[in-house]
Amino acid sequence: MAADSYEDVVKNKESIPALEVAPQDLYHAKSFWTKYIFCQDAKVIGIQYGLTAVAIGLVGLVSSWLMRMQIAFPGLIPMDAAQYYQLVTMHGMIMVVYLLTALFLGGFGNYLIPLMVGARDMVFPYVNMVSFWVFFLAVIILASSYFVPGGPTGAGWTLYPPQAITSGTPGGDGLGIVLMLVSLAVFVIGFTMGGLNYVITVLQARTRGMTLMRLPLTVWGIFTATVLALFAFPALFVAGIMMTLDNMLGTSFFMPAIIQFGEKLTHEGGSPILFQHLFWFFGHPEVYIVALPAFGIVSDLISVHARKNIFGYRMMVWAIVIIGGLSFVVWAHHMYVAGMNPWFGFFFATTTLIIAVPTAIKVYNWVLTLWRGNIKLTLPMLFSIAFIITFVNGGLTGLFLGNVAVDVPLSDTYFVVAHFHMVMGIAPVLVILGSVYHWFPLITGRFLNERLGKIHFWVTFIGSYSIYFPMHYLGFMGVTRRYFEVFEGEAFTYSITGINQFITVAALVTGAAQFLFIYNIIVSSKFGKKAGKNPWKACSLEWRTKDVPPTHGNFDKELPVVYRWAYDYSVPGADEDYITQDTPPSAVANARAEQT
Amino acid sequence: MQELNKRNMETKKDSIIDQLTQKPWDPAQVKIDNSHEGKTFNLHVGKLGLRYLMIVSTIMFCLFIVTYGDRMIYDDWVKMPEPFLLWINTFILFVSSIIFIRIQIASKKNQFKKAKRDLILVGFLALVFLIGQFLVWQNMVDKGYYVYGSPANAYFYLFTALHGLHLLGGLVYWVMTIRKVWNINDINIRKAKHTIELCSIYWHFLLAVWIVLFGLMLFT
Repeated sequence: MAADSYEDVVKNKESIPALEVAPQDLYHAKSFWTKYIFCQDAKVIGIQYGLTAVAIGLVGLVSSWLMRMQIAFPGLIPMDAAQYYQLVTMHGMIMVVYLLTALFLGGFGNYLIPLMVGARDMVFPYVNMVSFWVFFLAVIILASSYFVPGGPTGAGWTLYPPQAITSGTPGGDGLGIVLMLVSLAVFVIGFTMGGLNYVITVLQARTRGMTLMRLPLTVWGIFTATVLALFAFPALFVAGIMMTLDNMLGTSFFMPAIIQFGEKLTHEGGSPILFQHLFWFFGHPEVYIVALPAFGIVSDLISVHARKNIFGYRMMVWAIVIIGGLSFVVWAHHMYVAGMNPWFGFFFATTTLIIAVPTAIKVYNWVLTLWRGNIKLTLPMLFSIAFIITFVNGGLTGLFLGNVAVDVPLSDTYFVVAHFHMVMGIAPVLVILGSVYHWFPLITGRFLNERLGKIHFWVTFIGSYSIYFPMHYLGFMGVTRRYFEVFEGEAFTYSITGINQFITVAALVTGAAQFLFIYNIIVSSKFGKKAGKNPWKACSLEWRTKDVPPTHGNFDKELPVVYRWAYDYSVPGADEDYITQDTPPSAVANARAEQT
Repeated sequence: MQELNKRNMETKKDSIIDQLTQKPWDPAQVKIDNSHEGKTFNLHVGKLGLRYLMIVSTIMFCLFIVTYGDRMIYDDWVKMPEPFLLWINTFILFVSSIIFIRIQIASKKNQFKKAKRDLILVGFLALVFLIGQFLVWQNMVDKGYYVYGSPANAYFYLFTALHGLHLLGGLVYWVMTIRKVWNINDINIRKAKHTIELCSIYWHFLLAVWIVLFGLMLFT
């Protein structure tokens, strides 16, 4: 970004008016309870979100292990079909909503937004605190469904009626489905409170000089994802409420006339397809609610660790916004086989493929940022590169599935499972892992152990590909997803059993590597190498706090004033290879403007 | 400080599109950006926050209305009668909104005694409205219009319940407003005025939502 001449700066400094509003009154914790439990500091809330999400995420991880054991080695772990479907359902819902959404927006959003925009805290700290505890309650409600008679719901994470609330589906006639729906409704309420903070803080509480077009892309990603959630989550809420009423009060919003075990139920005339529309009106933006923060974060990681400004910043921002907008007009590509009008499918196939344009812009810009950069193969960089590769792979298979004619034969096969795990499972998780390695020194003041980190990276990266690459092949072979047991025989050859066993072993190893990562976090937070201030030599404001780790209030007495974007790396003429956002042009008078 | 605030509020802000299409690398833009105050809109965070919540609520009600439209095209749709009490309840909500306009005017003129009296009246009317809605429910159940009877019944109970819950949420904020107005002093007078304004906007919003929902049920 252009650095002004010294004379200009002096003039500018004079022209900056005094603070227009009184500094925010922060609630200062007085006891253990208000400091660590019912805390109003966004950083603590972010960590609370993160820990809770990871805790329930581990349940999702173990669920996937058990599922894989059943598919590859049936009978080794005693399990019936109902239990298998319960594992599938809980794995899906936990990973998408309670782990990824909560971790990206609640975890990273809370920790990073105020720091990166130069605010002392979120604008409504009390509401923010309540938001976490409502999320926590949602997790408890979800987890409690494991302990009710009949167990959790086994309807699949899409919870399609009528099967989701009829007998025969695990948890369908018990409390399982009710608890799932209530938990989702509570989650949406909690998220709305959190989202209120993320959106308003980014819009109105930025520090001086921090224009929208100087925000780090991490903030852009989280902000846009939150706006998407603001529009998308009400659809889940509406669907959840209506299905709960169908289930509890016998209404017929989604339930058609139906005979259950020879007995006609009282429902009549409801439309199950309507539920599908509502669900996917939420469900598809949900993919981008997870992906956009990952896009934003990885842009920052690549720029910092390649010591180069992000290529095409403005286009990156626009791409995030355009992807967000388009994500609301593609939802029915999840419903090609629901019996829709072919023209309807044609429309959604077209919009789906259009999304590839801004997405490709982002991928090219990441690669062009790396091009001739001073690439440091640190752990965050390794994970970032792995993300780009994985996202491209997952994105390309999306082109197959976005086309109606190709999707129909591949529908409900392992090809679909491989696609969405690559694009919205592994890819965002790689970013999460990379960003933990990146921001751990800020959060704890210490580095994570690099040797353990390298082992963790390679096992995770190669392991993920070992799991999901073969699944594409299974899909082409016609192996259907959601089957409790895949028998050898005329339909499926011996090779399928072998592939399934290979995938399961890979899944066990890759999952185990995550425990190594957790071990690394626990040990390094106490005994890790001390990091000091701004160890990665990054430009953005989160590294410019008074203390490391940052304390309540984030910055020193004066909030930083921003003079540039967050990507002034390797600026010609500058003494160092980075210029922080709050460095006044006078301090880098010899630096020459970068063209971006 | 107040003068400064006023000046800042009067500063014209670029539209979002303008802000997104700026060229931040342009030296002329850099100068402008360096003295940017960090806000996107000339709005108080509370007001923007309320707008956010109203947008979420509106989206939710719109989605319910979409499903309503989708469901009513089927043969089993039987229109539900609208008891006269619903008209009275609507009138009560309408009156509450008008009183809130009076409260705002009083608060602007620093006539907090009047504002206090009217605030109590609004709270009372909100309770009357909720009791009225409950009586309508009872009346409907007595006449045999159960929630599972037909989809129109189900939507009636659903809409009234959701609107009622929104009003209950409004009453929580009303309590906070009352507390601020009762403990008014020179320091928190601006906060109290601001809270009254937000409470008032929310009440108007609830009236608008109810008119849309009631109209929908009335004509279909």
